[in-house]
Amino acid sequence: MLLRYRGGAGMLAWAFHRIAGVALFLFILLHVLDIWLAAANPGLYDEVLTVYASLPGRIGEALLGAALLYHALNGLRIIALDFWPRLTRYHLQLWYACWVVFFVVGIPGAYLIIAPALGLPGLKG
Amino acid sequence: MQVDLRILRYDPERDAAPHWETYAVEAGPMDRVLNLLHTVKNTMDGTLTFRRSCAHGICGSDAMLINGRNRLACKIRVEQLGRRISIAPIGGMPVVKDLVVDMEGFFAKYRTVMPFLVNDAPVPERERRQSVADRERFDDTTRCILCAACTTSCPSFWARPTYLGPAAIVQAHRFIFDSRDTAAEDRLEILADDDGVWRCRTTFNCVTACPREINVTGAILEVTRAIVARHS
Repeated sequence: MLLRYRGGAGMLAWAFHRIAGVALFLFILLHVLDIWLAAANPGLYDEVLTVYASLPGRIGEALLGAALLYHALNGLRIIALDFWPRLTRYHLQLWYACWVVFFVVGIPGAYLIIAPALGLPGLKG
Repeated sequence: MQVDLRILRYDPERDAAPHWETYAVEAGPMDRVLNLLHTVKNTMDGTLTFRRSCAHGICGSDAMLINGRNRLACKIRVEQLGRRISIAPIGGMPVVKDLVVDMEGFFAKYRTVMPFLVNDAPVPERERRQSVADRERFDDTTRCILCAACTTSCPSFWARPTYLGPAAIVQAHRFIFDSRDTAAEDRLEILADDDGVWRCRTTFNCVTACPREINVTGAILEVTRAIVARHS
């Protein structure tokens, strides 16, 4: 039913929230693993850091930031709906507001993360 | 114009699994999907099975999955859907035959929330009076027709069939916030259960599916707040 039902924006908002949540959980597992490497195998840990600093690694970090940002913003939307049920009449507008903030914060953020791997000027010029 | 009507057919006595069958039906833009189903049943295939009663969006018996969304066949018009229309039974319920599902589980959940006025005070000589403001508090949820379009559009219900579901919570809301009723605490206790309001994931499918335009998610969240308020 999940793929057969043509839900609206509310269902999309929920699906993205779930996908972003699972992605963040997987990253936390990865992060625990690489921090563990710092003590267990410092040489390998340094190699992992170079992967993170490469272009694919930085694109991955930008996607991670996107998942984190969406999950946080939509989470605030859900909290607002929980506290003030009357806002449910405006849930679509709230979701659109989430996307506005997502792009306003996310695009410069993604640039700052990816720029060093492309030799583009970052925060430090 | 000609409409291609795809219907998910299933006869448990003949079919191993549900399968799609397509019927070419002549229809006008203002025809309801229910008209098309009648055309198929009356002129093409008399074995087609579906529920309908009032045919005017009041009895709630012909909720179906139409072009991927739960709607009442008697309300949705051909012009709103186009020339290709697919119809399947509402999801998450056992299919009895074709578009007919077993609603017993749905009504069992409905009965769980005590959907009737409870007031043991002596019956007054005239009606139990209520202010306009008190009536407005639950006006939205009085309009539910128990068609199950909301419950069967809910991903939480698909994943967990024991979830009471939006329709039962809407019915509970109608009495919880009725100033004449005295059993709100009992209903809140029932809805605070593992299969109660906490299963709502605010996907708003119930709101878009409701043929009566009830703010179902808003009602669920109001009940949730009432449960939380009991403990604060």
